[in-house]
Amino acid sequence: METFIDFFSFTDPNVRYVVLGSILITASSAIVGTFTFLKKKALVGDAVAHAVLPGVCLSFIVYGEKNPLVLIIGAFITGWLALTLIDIISSKSKIKEDTAIGLILSVFFGVGIFLLTIIQKSGNAAQSGLDQFLFGKAASLVGSDLVTFSLVSVILLIAVYVFFKEFTLIAFDKDFASTIGLPIKTMELILTTLTVLAVVVGIQAVGVVLMAAMLITPAAAARFWTEKIQVMIWLAAIFGAFSGLSGAYISYVAPSMPTGPWIVIVISTIAFFSFFFAPKRGIIIRYLTQKRIQRHIVDENILKALYHLGEEEKNFFDERTIETILSKRTLQKEVLLKSLRRLKREGYLKNSNGYWSFTIEGKNRGQRVVKLHRLWEVYLTQYLRIAPDHVHDDADTIEHVLTPELEARLEKLLNYPTTDPHESEIPYA
Amino acid sequence: MAMVGDAISHAVLPGIVLAFLITGSRDSVTMLIGAGTIGVLTTFLIEFFHKKGKLQTDASIGVTFTWLFAIGVILISVFAGKVDLDQDCVLYGEIAYVPIDLWITKAGVVMGPRVLYIAGTVLLIILAFIFIGYKELFLTTFDPSFATAIGISTITWHYLLMGAVSITTVASFESVGAILVVAFLIAPPATAYLLTENLVKMMIISSILGILISISGYYLAAGTDGSIAGAMAAMSGVFFGLAFLFAPKEGYIFKILKKQSAPTRLE
Repeated sequence: METFIDFFSFTDPNVRYVVLGSILITASSAIVGTFTFLKKKALVGDAVAHAVLPGVCLSFIVYGEKNPLVLIIGAFITGWLALTLIDIISSKSKIKEDTAIGLILSVFFGVGIFLLTIIQKSGNAAQSGLDQFLFGKAASLVGSDLVTFSLVSVILLIAVYVFFKEFTLIAFDKDFASTIGLPIKTMELILTTLTVLAVVVGIQAVGVVLMAAMLITPAAAARFWTEKIQVMIWLAAIFGAFSGLSGAYISYVAPSMPTGPWIVIVISTIAFFSFFFAPKRGIIIRYLTQKRIQRHIVDENILKALYHLGEEEKNFFDERTIETILSKRTLQKEVLLKSLRRLKREGYLKNSNGYWSFTIEGKNRGQRVVKLHRLWEVYLTQYLRIAPDHVHDDADTIEHVLTPELEARLEKLLNYPTTDPHESEIPYA
Repeated sequence: MAMVGDAISHAVLPGIVLAFLITGSRDSVTMLIGAGTIGVLTTFLIEFFHKKGKLQTDASIGVTFTWLFAIGVILISVFAGKVDLDQDCVLYGEIAYVPIDLWITKAGVVMGPRVLYIAGTVLLIILAFIFIGYKELFLTTFDPSFATAIGISTITWHYLLMGAVSITTVASFESVGAILVVAFLIAPPATAYLLTENLVKMMIISSILGILISISGYYLAAGTDGSIAGAMAAMSGVFFGLAFLFAPKEGYIFKILKKQSAPTRLE
């Protein structure tokens, strides 16, 4: 608890730098990352992160010392060059975009490592610390870093604020954006520049490999909670900031722990939680909905089978064995039994000594499914001119989906037909 | 699928560290198994988030591999004393140390560099895999629906292939590191792809390119006293650049010439 208070009172300037720096970086990369995510170019950030290394080394070789501004300019140039090359390769040859990304990323990084080793062996004392660009140094951020970070974050935020509408449009509907006369090329250029800027700064905190996570993961997590882009950006920024804060806290409590990887672990945990438990798009809710629909379909199919049996024998309320039902509808026996019990519980069926029969409600529901099936077959043959022997499968699916409103409209449109294309009677209630 | 190779090469890190921690040795077989398992797990997670979570593929790849890599780095820092691995080595390897790391049998006979044997074994495994599974790999790559129709399991072969990628990655780990191995996975086939349309020719050309890259990279590094792996990756970029510009048919220059010689208007 004491460390907790120590940490959050921010009395230690070192803690202040690390926390503020981490939050600024994570939040602003999350915001820019939202757009690259929506443009389905998430891995581009990864490529830039690797591609800045040769730039850093080259500007060091040229300039001879570690001036942060010079290094950042160098990083910026090669990062930008890498993106341009990826674009050229994927548009001017048959190489696909992901191959181009992987190629440029690793080749640029190779050149960077090559230059780095040459610098290291050159004996220039000023070179120590260049490899911060590889692994990040979030835990040892100092005041001057913070100035750079804040400056870049402010630029990013202002740019996103000013060009919000334009970025949204090119992310979702590029064609429309160009039709209404937006300068797409310029906008993409600005967005690319912002991405490179976010990467160049962020990489100093978390390192080459994990930079991709700072851009992609908050946006991916936020996407599961909302359909609105404004909300998504806020969420991504909050997720990012929270992970930055927790990463800083963890490495404060346990100094041997690297900050960058912990930031990534926290943000990934948030993302995995979102993937599974988000209320509408989450994996679990999707799975449950799917199961519910499957149960619904099996139930209706059984009621339909019983109704067909009733039609054939001209007696809807007769008792039937499981074997009889199975002869009408192929189903796994366990699935059938489960569904029969469910239907009994809901009051659609009765059971005496292993014989199953309709209740009034059950017969009505079975009848409605059969009616919808046959109405749809009529609709397909009359309005879409589909041959009568091709309409069954489609009707088999749609019969579970049609709402009472659509049912009424179909009846009216088809003028209450009495038989379907196969001369079966359409039962009206 | 190129970026999946990239993802696997990063994501196998926790597998390697865990294999170290569990068996306490740098035994290569354990490392290969550990990494192979995590590699297949990575592929599975990427597919899972994409299919079940409806997450777009690029994001699914990005989220998965950064997460696993972060776990790997944390494991290394937690067990820093116990694990004989450091971050630099993981990222860019050091092939120049390979000759020092000798395999000495119990009888004391020096058999030469250990890594050479591992790489050789993996090469044989991969060759055997491709030789035996050529037809299946070919079909599942180019025409998955036909492959499924004639009873070849696309999923099995997909995971086998990804397992092969993981093994290759790990074998290259010590010498070239996680990121540069991607250059050698992607650059030679991408270059060969610009030169031919035939799969067998493409495989032969990319193997030859691999050899050329190694030799030229080595001499570049030796001449400048830089990292060998880095120089090799740089050379693979040079070869790709040459093919991109000058390939007969697919090359950029050829395409421009063809455009110019084409009649610009109807006479």
